[in-house]
Amino acid sequence: MTAIALTQTAALGGRAVIRTARQPANVVFPLVFPMMLFAVNAGGLKAATRLPGFPTDSFVAFALAVPFVQGALLATINANVEFARDIQTGFLNRLALTPVRGIVLLLGQLGGLMTIAVVQAVFYLTIGLAFGVRLASGFGGAAMLLLLELVIALGFAALGSWAALRTGSTEAVQGLFPVFFVFLFLSSMNMPRNLIEADWFRWVATINPVSYLIEAVRSLVIEGWNWEALGLGFAAAGGLSLVGFVLATRALWRRLERT
Amino acid sequence: MRDVLAVARGVSWRVLHMFFTNPAFLLPSLAFPLFFFTAFVGGLSRISKVPGFDFPSGYTAFQFVFVLLQSAAFAGVFTGFGIARDFESGFMRRLMLAAPNRGGILLGYVVSALVRWLTVASVVTVVALLAQMNIGGNGVDLFGLYALALLLNLAGTLWATGVAMRLRTQQAAPVMQMPVFLLLFFAPVYVPLGLLQGWIHAVASVNPITALLEAGRGFISGSPELTLAAFAIALGLIVGFAAWAVRGLKSAEAAG
Repeated sequence: MTAIALTQTAALGGRAVIRTARQPANVVFPLVFPMMLFAVNAGGLKAATRLPGFPTDSFVAFALAVPFVQGALLATINANVEFARDIQTGFLNRLALTPVRGIVLLLGQLGGLMTIAVVQAVFYLTIGLAFGVRLASGFGGAAMLLLLELVIALGFAALGSWAALRTGSTEAVQGLFPVFFVFLFLSSMNMPRNLIEADWFRWVATINPVSYLIEAVRSLVIEGWNWEALGLGFAAAGGLSLVGFVLATRALWRRLERT
Repeated sequence: MRDVLAVARGVSWRVLHMFFTNPAFLLPSLAFPLFFFTAFVGGLSRISKVPGFDFPSGYTAFQFVFVLLQSAAFAGVFTGFGIARDFESGFMRRLMLAAPNRGGILLGYVVSALVRWLTVASVVTVVALLAQMNIGGNGVDLFGLYALALLLNLAGTLWATGVAMRLRTQQAAPVMQMPVFLLLFFAPVYVPLGLLQGWIHAVASVNPITALLEAGRGFISGSPELTLAAFAIALGLIVGFAAWAVRGLKSAEAAG
């Protein structure tokens, strides 16, 4: 990538970040809502730690993984709604008339979203530490967690950008929220997979990539360096990113062709 | 009175027509309770093996009561979203000009929320029965459970209506939704109150929804408890939120 393309990418990424920061609802909601769900689950499900085989005696530590995935999801959806608005208002068409390359549009958007997600991840980590959670993987684990969050955010951001580019509709992108939410709830977010009693639910959680994202984050918090969990988490996030990026790139080409 | 009923009939018919003919309104109302029921019963049933979890009818019935009450409250909240949408589209202004008695507008929304919830509750109940939910209570107990949920639906509708009438924008959706969400989830959702510990136990102990949940679970297991307290709380919520909604209507009228 040339220096000019990098500058253009940074400018578009910065625009995505600033535009989000200027809308309090888009900043506050992705920070507060995952924390509320975290508080509710950590308090309400504490008794689960008394189940034989439960991997930790702190449900707060167990549940801390969920806000990282949920926050990435919320932030990227909110920001992609703005991306869809760019398409609806014709901003993308006008930008396409400039020398900016198509791929730079996408990379700038994705870069901006990843930045927002990492800022959120630092917030969640700080809250977790304030509530007494100590990462079993130590300081290096915190760095790995942020790296993992980047890849997770890239996956959701790429899929959200694909939806925005494919439909050009803010409502369609907002409609993705319940879909992603279903994936979150039908995962191992509240119970380790080996302790899920219902066979069908355990099967769904096992084929659900979101389970592996959560388990990778969780392993850094409560287990230490579990390379299998980390490998599966990075593979799931990388797979989502790859699929999302390919789909988003194709949708971008089609959208630019139409203009 | 005839004017009130005529307006109420018109408003509720319009809301229900939109609800039943537009999948964008019908599906979320049906999907969210079913989704919570599926996720909680499927994913968390092992928690009923925790020592001290002594609910006789099983985890499916334990969660069914929560989902029934949640669907009742949220049917009211979704109705509030519709009222806010009517304000934004300008329909409400025309409705207020045309209605000979504006109290009928409130009544119409309340009735439509009730029908919406009855539809959702029927589907959730059928799904729970298909999931082989154990019911320990008799017909009177079950009537008590559904009556309690109906009162909560009424309270939820009046709350959301009051907010929508005051703020008159769809951006008010979190204001309608979030307090209801918090009240519902800061109750003993996953385990009985006795198994909650720390701050959540303290919050759940003073949360009015806890009494409704415990009474509902008592009904379904055939061992009613906190019945009077639960109905008193539900009626108190209705009276308070009715005043809130009526004053909201006055506020909307004053705003023109």
